[in-house]
Amino acid sequence: MNHALILPVLLPAVVGALLVLAARHDRVLARVFGVASAVLLLLIAAALLATASDGAIRSYELGAWPAPFGIVLVLDRLSAMMLLLTAVLGLGVLLYAINGWDERGKHFHPLFQFQLMGINGAFLTGDFFNLFVFFEILLIASYGLMVHGGGGLRVKAGVQYVVTNLVGSSVFLIAVGLIYSVTGTLNMADLARKVPHVPAADQALLQAGALMLLLVFAVKAALVPLHFWLPATYTNAPGPVAALFAIMTKVGAYSIIRLYVLAFGADAGEAAWLAAPWLLPAGLASLVIGMTGVLAARSLGQMASFAVIGSMGMLLATVSVFTPQALSAALYYTLHSTLAAGALFLIADLVAERRGALRDRLAPAPRFPQGELIAALFFVAAIAMAGMPPLSGFVGKLLILDGVRDSAHAAWFWALVLSTSLIAIVGFSRGGSIVFWKSHAFESAPQPSRRAGALPFVAVGGLLAGLVAITVFGGPVHAWLNLTAAQLFAPADYIEAVLGIAGGTQ
Amino acid sequence: MEFLVASAIGAMTTAGVYMVLRARTFPVVLGLSLLTYATNLFLFATGRLAVNQPPVIGADATGYADPLPQALVLTAIVISFGMTAVVVVMAVRAYLETGNDHVDLTGESAPEAQEDDWKQLGHKQAALEAAQPTGPAPGAPGAGVAGAVGERA
Repeated sequence: MNHALILPVLLPAVVGALLVLAARHDRVLARVFGVASAVLLLLIAAALLATASDGAIRSYELGAWPAPFGIVLVLDRLSAMMLLLTAVLGLGVLLYAINGWDERGKHFHPLFQFQLMGINGAFLTGDFFNLFVFFEILLIASYGLMVHGGGGLRVKAGVQYVVTNLVGSSVFLIAVGLIYSVTGTLNMADLARKVPHVPAADQALLQAGALMLLLVFAVKAALVPLHFWLPATYTNAPGPVAALFAIMTKVGAYSIIRLYVLAFGADAGEAAWLAAPWLLPAGLASLVIGMTGVLAARSLGQMASFAVIGSMGMLLATVSVFTPQALSAALYYTLHSTLAAGALFLIADLVAERRGALRDRLAPAPRFPQGELIAALFFVAAIAMAGMPPLSGFVGKLLILDGVRDSAHAAWFWALVLSTSLIAIVGFSRGGSIVFWKSHAFESAPQPSRRAGALPFVAVGGLLAGLVAITVFGGPVHAWLNLTAAQLFAPADYIEAVLGIAGGTQ
Repeated sequence: MEFLVASAIGAMTTAGVYMVLRARTFPVVLGLSLLTYATNLFLFATGRLAVNQPPVIGADATGYADPLPQALVLTAIVISFGMTAVVVVMAVRAYLETGNDHVDLTGESAPEAQEDDWKQLGHKQAALEAAQPTGPAPGAPGAGVAGAVGERA
């Protein structure tokens, strides 16, 4: 048994609790512990990624209860990749936040740790109900982070966010109940084994449950028409929190990839590829609405929010093709869009912090301190997000266009991906030129900066460096992702790793 | 018994969905509670309805009651209880900070949200007194309110 599997959940849980108890009133201590935990998480995630790279799937039985009865954590390439992505984004956001954002309300650091715990748990768990519990953990922490710093508009947007997600949780439970009532299991591997043998009379219940689950994951992933909560939430959330939320939509995407390839994949009999006919139109619609929203946005934060919706649409439409080639392209795009969205939200916050009452709205204003540097950062992030060469967005789009070549709907993909790219480019250049360029028309010199810490720039630069890294090492990364997709499309290995060679306990 | 449980779940879900779609936070919170009750009852029923059965499979038992959904329901109850508390606190905070208890954001809210705004109470009274310089006439308070609202619109 490999105890390292539980560390990504255990470490933030312990540090979070410690921070609440011991470091509540000590700012420096809280920062030191928070950053130390984030760095440790990064190291653990890198070690787990190295472990998972040998292709074996590891399972960890909590309390040593055997698999279909106890709860398991499962580490495969996909989980390891998402853990590393979370750790990189988490460290970047935390470095940004400790420059002052964490003082604007209480309990930022414990909530941040609990949020990381929930996200890591959701990526590791091999059990449905446990997935629900980890979703709740990350949501509860996100409610606290969302209203961090207070303010009427933010709290009101927070109420909308909480209500949306509570309804989503109810639907999640009903879906889990439906699936349990038909198959009698909550273990994902066990479910994959039982779905093909579900009698025809129970198929309606099973498929209704599975599609309701898809609905819940689509709410989390902000797919059209379930995306309405996202722009209000992300735009009104504190900048660093919105950047961290960039990974939360990916939790929904991860769950969709995990469940609908493993349990409702090629071997599922009547329920095979259950998600595909729903995901494809919803994904393409999200792509169009998201990228059009970038053009119509009234602030940089809104622009980044709609870019998130658009990129989620691109990602899930590509997933819905359900071939290994398309999936590996989608996974590459996941890495890229998470880092790019995180960087964009942080840059929007950098601008908002410096322009007084105007915040990050798209309106001309006098020049602000470090404007040139921020403009350069925005330029890089926007190029990446819009998918222009030479950064990873371009590589990701090429991979996607190539990956869907054999699909029956390839023409739709090509037309929509290319035209929405153009819309996004226009949108980003409009926003960038209003905020950064037109400020030079004003006579006044930039006011001296109130507090010009270097740390925020290190954080944004780090995320952008991540983008550059996955571009430069695009070849090895893509080769690794191909292996990941191949592993996902061989569910027998996953089932064997979780349930043991015997497989049949009943 | 099946009909009773099923119709109870259905009725609570219907009422819950209806109330979640209301415009003000209090009915929304009540609706969420009803939805979670319906969900809990549904989860409870997924182990099949069985009366007077042991919760384990025994050698001499003729049947059994599935204990797993009961454990799930316990978890779900605890989580929904906590979440209701969170949403109540956030709704109160939003009411105190923005001045009204409507769910919509300020920029896109209906005119009623402004009428209900307690922060604008002072402005309303001032408008009322401006409409009737000699002080509020006891005979027609409604006309003054309508006038004040009309001015704002």
